[in-house]
Amino acid sequence: MANRIVIDPITRIEGHLRVEAEIKDGKVVNAYCSSTMIRGMEKIVENRDPRDVWAFVQRTCGVCTTVHAIASIRSVEDALGIVIPPNAELARNIITTSQAMQDHVIHFYHLHALDWVDITQVLNADPKATSELAQSISKWHNSSPGYFSDVKTRIKKFVDSGQLGIFAKGYWGHSAMKLPAEVNLLAVAHYLEALEWQKEIIKIHTILGGKNPHPHFLVGGMASAINVSDAGGLNIERLAYVSKLLKDAHKFINEVYIPDLLAIASFYKDWGAIGGNKFNNYLSYGDLPTGNYGDIDTYKWPQGVILNGDLTKVHPVDLENTNEIQEFINKSWYDYPDGKEKGLHPWEGETNINYTGPKPPFNHLDVDKEYSFIKTPRWQGKPMEVGPLSRMLIGYVKGIPEYKEVVDYALTTLDVPVGALLSTLGRTAARGLESKLLADWGLEFFDQLINNIKNGDTRMASTEKWDPSTWPAEAKGVGYMEAPRGGLAHWIKIKDTKTEKYQMVVPTTWNAGPRDPKGQMSAYESALIDTPVADPDNPVEILRTIHSFDPCLACAVHLYDEQGKNISQVNIGGACSI
Amino acid sequence: MKKTLKKEDTYYENIIKKGYSRRDFMKFATVMTAFMGYESSMVSQVVNALETKKRIPVIWEHFQECTGCSESFIRSDHPLVADLILDTISLDYTDTLMAASGHNAEEAKQESMKENYGKYILIVEGAIPTKNEGYCTIAGRSAVEVLKESAAGAAAILAFGSCSSWGGVQAAHPNPTGSVPVDAIIKNKPIIRVPGCPPISEVMAGVVVHYATFGTLPDLDSMNRPKQFYGKRVHDSCYRRPNFDAGLFAETYDSEEAKKGYCLYKAGCRGPVTYNACGTMEWNNGVSFPIKSGYPCIGCSENNFWDNGPFTERLTNVPGMGIEATADKVGKIVLGTAVAGAAVHAVATNIAKRKEIRDAEKRGEQNEQNIKA
Repeated sequence: MANRIVIDPITRIEGHLRVEAEIKDGKVVNAYCSSTMIRGMEKIVENRDPRDVWAFVQRTCGVCTTVHAIASIRSVEDALGIVIPPNAELARNIITTSQAMQDHVIHFYHLHALDWVDITQVLNADPKATSELAQSISKWHNSSPGYFSDVKTRIKKFVDSGQLGIFAKGYWGHSAMKLPAEVNLLAVAHYLEALEWQKEIIKIHTILGGKNPHPHFLVGGMASAINVSDAGGLNIERLAYVSKLLKDAHKFINEVYIPDLLAIASFYKDWGAIGGNKFNNYLSYGDLPTGNYGDIDTYKWPQGVILNGDLTKVHPVDLENTNEIQEFINKSWYDYPDGKEKGLHPWEGETNINYTGPKPPFNHLDVDKEYSFIKTPRWQGKPMEVGPLSRMLIGYVKGIPEYKEVVDYALTTLDVPVGALLSTLGRTAARGLESKLLADWGLEFFDQLINNIKNGDTRMASTEKWDPSTWPAEAKGVGYMEAPRGGLAHWIKIKDTKTEKYQMVVPTTWNAGPRDPKGQMSAYESALIDTPVADPDNPVEILRTIHSFDPCLACAVHLYDEQGKNISQVNIGGACSI
Repeated sequence: MKKTLKKEDTYYENIIKKGYSRRDFMKFATVMTAFMGYESSMVSQVVNALETKKRIPVIWEHFQECTGCSESFIRSDHPLVADLILDTISLDYTDTLMAASGHNAEEAKQESMKENYGKYILIVEGAIPTKNEGYCTIAGRSAVEVLKESAAGAAAILAFGSCSSWGGVQAAHPNPTGSVPVDAIIKNKPIIRVPGCPPISEVMAGVVVHYATFGTLPDLDSMNRPKQFYGKRVHDSCYRRPNFDAGLFAETYDSEEAKKGYCLYKAGCRGPVTYNACGTMEWNNGVSFPIKSGYPCIGCSENNFWDNGPFTERLTNVPGMGIEATADKVGKIVLGTAVAGAAVHAVATNIAKRKEIRDAEKRGEQNEQNIKA
């Protein structure tokens, strides 16, 4: 008989996630992931001005705070046939690039590291040995014995104070923690440094979008006009600020993040054989156009699908083909008019909430019935994993030199085979390796922007179709982008200048969805199978695999009701929970 | 690893333990004094308070939210704030950062709330759904139940962000989940609204430190917002205000006028009805704010701003236009109901602007009809 454990809340994520896992003989044999919160974003944007929708849907996630806004403005631009100026494309690329770098660093140090790093072991570290270690792997300036001694002193006094705050009841002393004391000290020192750095890099968003979290965006381009000869726009001071922040990011990622990642990974190589999804399908919509968004061959992040772990072929993706991407609700708290077994393409999608879970407070979900507010997307009926691992694999399989270079470098350094990528370790490593590429690309995009300005092109927005009187009576579009956590797309239908219908399929929907009508698991559940659990009361191993996806749950849950009447039909008396 | 509180350190002791110098501490105290809007002569009193007051435990609950407020909080930029706010307060529960998950996390919260009953600060991020208990659950319990339990022993509640302050984006029409702000559920505790989507980092830090330092709530306006941060309209502190007064407007994006930084009022800017510190403090350590980067303000700290749209349309009902205004002076006539349409309280400084407002009023009424339709 398997032992069912519940982890709720999963912390160090965005949103509300619950995992119920069955443990037998020290391993996960079955798992159910549930999103336990809903807001109804898609319903709320109905009848709104399509030029405003970005602001609403941006609030689906404040961690990857730019991505929904970009997908939204792209969907409107696609529907209305707006082609934005090259400078606006570059400015958006710089925003996406800096967002992904910041998000990946926060994920590694502040959300994921405490699954691998034992902060209490810092007390046993030798600062001099830590300094030698740090200097052997990086030329980062904060590396003296005195520096590490100060950090150790600070942590010691913190622990001695007895108030552990956010570190209370962590997984300290767990048998799965394998790092030498000195690596723990190195990681904790950089936990603190990364906390300072992350608030710097996002100033790029403040310059180009006015604030962060939740910078502003514009259908048709960017509102941050370029003007290097008059006050009021992006002048050379503003541009130099962006340049400095991109250079600092390049340095931090290459001298802190990557060396730490490889140092920590070298003690956890066994996790290169744990936590891969069992279906081995990987999807990327692609993003970061170096030419035009409409020309996918110019993307830095390539588009495509890898099927069944076949690392020799990349299949094409068509987001407009109603037979390719479909969402299922057979295990979700929604109804479709034609029954619960049929999938719907997002342009035809609709979601009438029907909560049938247990009434809170509850101990367990009834997983034989519906058990999540997340729908289950499939590509040609198949489950897909999305995220940095998918992007790195697709770039690698396509033989793109810069992808080959960083992936082969990591595989050689860690002395692991390419198959080790398809794992918890591989997912975490891919996020870092991608950051290394992003650090280079950010500088490239900036140079292109400066070159354009030098050549006299200062256009930042296309306003010919700003006025709704220029729009067709009906239009539909899809806007996609690659968020830090994976492929993100919004589908919009516009009618009489208003938003008629809106659907979002987000990275965590792909990864965290419940089972589909064929019983196929999505990536989270599939990846958890066979994960070892030494102590069911302290299941840090489950957190390792779940966190390796960088869960983002509010994104994954939203409600759409085409008729606008089913909201009130929710069975309040009967069920409600999750 | 179970640790119990041995003794309660003062801020000063805590800072010195963490390896900071007396000088660092004095800089922090000076910065916080300035944030709180006090004269520099008050620095010594702030220092005294920080040296002698006990550390205050904080419980941070997340309901219907996007984590943007937590993200903003960790952006707090001035030298000691990023470290000290996390350490000065004892952040005993937060989904976003805490190491423990599941029952370990819940136990940590329960222990802290029991031990510090009546003394801890409750921070709430996110709105609370009321249509169905199942719309937001944590550890199998409904958001309403969790909030009531956490509020019971709180000394005060900080509603961080527009969701916990006003209801936020999920409460926008048609409010599918019946979302409400904290004060719709909790009636017997002091609740401070710190609105914004999200609020400015240093505003959040400033409110926490004010309470920790003086042991009192900051001076609040009639809507329970700290006056020191929400006492002025963005319009009145906007560096583009002279362009407004001179009638210089940018009507289209990327135009010559936009490139010169002209006023964005005609592009839909909500600065004239928005009380926030964006114009004075700016974002991310004074780097910029939306208007400075070319984007009209969407009024994200105001009640019901989501339904005060479309954002692309200029305001139709702007009271106190052209004169310095404070929230209490303008009062409840405007806030959140700027598109109410019927009553125009505009006091424009010149005829051209009055005409602008008149012309826009009809369009605003039409827009309102469209949204409701």
